[in-house]
Amino acid sequence: MSSVAPTGGSPVDGTGERPGPIHARPVPHPWRWVALALIAVLVAMLISSFVTNPKWDFGFALQVMNFRPVLNGLLLGTIVGTIGAMILGVGLGIVLAIMRLSSNPVLAGVAAVYTWFFRSIPRYVLLFMIGTGIGYLYPHVDIGVPFGQQLASALGWSNDLTFWQVDINAFSTTLLAGILGLGFSEAAYMAEIARAGILSVDRGQTEAAQALGMPPSRTMMRVVLPQAMRVIVPPTGNETLAMVKDTSLLTAIPIGTELFYQTTIIGQRTLRIMPTLVAAIAWYLIICSILMVGQYYLERYFGRGFGAPGQTKRDSTVKRLLGVGGSH
Amino acid sequence: MARRHAPTQHHTDVPLVRAVNVTKSFHDNQVLKGIDIDVHAGEVVSLLGPSGSGKTTFLRCINMLESIDGGRIFVDGELMGYEDRGGTLHHLPDKAKAAQRRDIGMVFQRFNLFPHMTAIDNLMEAPVQVKGLSKRDARERATELLDKVGLADKADAYPAQLSGGQQQRVAIARALAMEPKLMLFDEPTSALDPELVGEVLNVMRDLAQAGMTMIVVTHEMSFAREVCDRVVFMDGGVVVEQGDPAQVMVNPQHERTRQFLRRLTSEQHGDQGADIGADQGVDHSADTGVTNS
Repeated sequence: MSSVAPTGGSPVDGTGERPGPIHARPVPHPWRWVALALIAVLVAMLISSFVTNPKWDFGFALQVMNFRPVLNGLLLGTIVGTIGAMILGVGLGIVLAIMRLSSNPVLAGVAAVYTWFFRSIPRYVLLFMIGTGIGYLYPHVDIGVPFGQQLASALGWSNDLTFWQVDINAFSTTLLAGILGLGFSEAAYMAEIARAGILSVDRGQTEAAQALGMPPSRTMMRVVLPQAMRVIVPPTGNETLAMVKDTSLLTAIPIGTELFYQTTIIGQRTLRIMPTLVAAIAWYLIICSILMVGQYYLERYFGRGFGAPGQTKRDSTVKRLLGVGGSH
Repeated sequence: MARRHAPTQHHTDVPLVRAVNVTKSFHDNQVLKGIDIDVHAGEVVSLLGPSGSGKTTFLRCINMLESIDGGRIFVDGELMGYEDRGGTLHHLPDKAKAAQRRDIGMVFQRFNLFPHMTAIDNLMEAPVQVKGLSKRDARERATELLDKVGLADKADAYPAQLSGGQQQRVAIARALAMEPKLMLFDEPTSALDPELVGEVLNVMRDLAQAGMTMIVVTHEMSFAREVCDRVVFMDGGVVVEQGDPAQVMVNPQHERTRQFLRRLTSEQHGDQGADIGADQGVDHSADTGVTNS
């Protein structure tokens, strides 16, 4: 065995110096450089086409992005619409998930039927129904004693037991109606996501809370849901991004104060369709980028105690390209 | 080693835990077939028996993590889980059950600490949420308890940052934060690396010495022998025999107890033998490496 040992001794046979720190050469990654070069060429071609093809008309696109009606539509229909619909969707979705998982068969049944109905109706159709159909079917909703009006006419009373009347026709085309429609639809999807999140929490957690004398409601709010959020947040980020884009369906209500409708109108009026499309795309990109940053921080918050992203460090992109540092 | 204070009073006062003819089935499988056990205040009782004997299930029945099919369990004179109205039993609502559990601490095999809370938040959670203690008072008590289990410096650590033994000590402190009259331990050292078992048993030993009433499901024979006032040997869903640890473990009356103890001791010897062999193997090869050169 000692005949194979290099001169100067080897730790294997116990002679020579004891091995020191490791400065090993990285595994070469030539294909990463080839891919990078290829992509650089493609990007350069793309940029060149932007510059040389006047039909893009980025100048006008930038102008459209800053038109007052476009900004107004962006703020109200797209941003307020998304926030409102997601607040309603997440809140109601979690409530539905808890109902679905409860031992109360009535609550579980209601949640199951709700989820079945709203997951089966396309959002565009639902919004059309809210904007046009409901107002036609029920021009106004009377709030009072159930069947009070029928009773009153049968018995000849002067008072028909109605306390309050809502004008559906006036309401059904407001932004609030649109937010309700999108939110109710979203809640059905969020209910399934929240249900998966709640089920992902170890049963031992519930038992520990119960053993400490915490009633079921406290156990859910303080122990189960905060841990379920770790599983709920990433798909909810997905849902939020989808909602930003689904606000363009508000035209079905019809609601005009919304980003895509406004840019489309401008395109039709000016006959410069492409730049207005670019303007809409640019705004959607910006909004979604901001949301993705927000999602990162939310995931970090709810991942506390679990080794969430940001707590375990990864080598930078450049380091990984050069092949120095970790074992990548 | 007989323990601390006044064992004479045991048979005069009402037992803290009284189980009468407790039965329990999972589907067709009857796991408890009429258990009668009394545990008096200040007593430390360990439940021994092979796996599947029903000891963990019985422990979980005491604080209603499992419901029972027959018999009665009383803790501190109170019927657990039901209300007796003129001979008819009525299920207690969840909130009333939660109230009954407040005086019973439980320590789990898998610790079950709340992973999204720091150690001290784990201890403060139930006193603040359930007992309505102010955060300041709860923090003060929690700090004291963490100090008592030797983890004052880990107050702000999340469970994932603690070793198994440290997590289990936090879990014991969390149960104690509710100032329970009774502590239930469900195989508290079974999920731990062997070198971490001692620190948890030490905390439990201190607790026993301080006079806490404890029911401990365990496979730690030395703990049962040295710390417990009484051992209860269960097999097949019944209590086979019970009594003074020295008597039951050294001179068991029943064949099933004898078998169990024999198997346990031979297993432990077997493990030690294997460990020693492996160690010697490593030493040996290292030696030959040196001598070859």
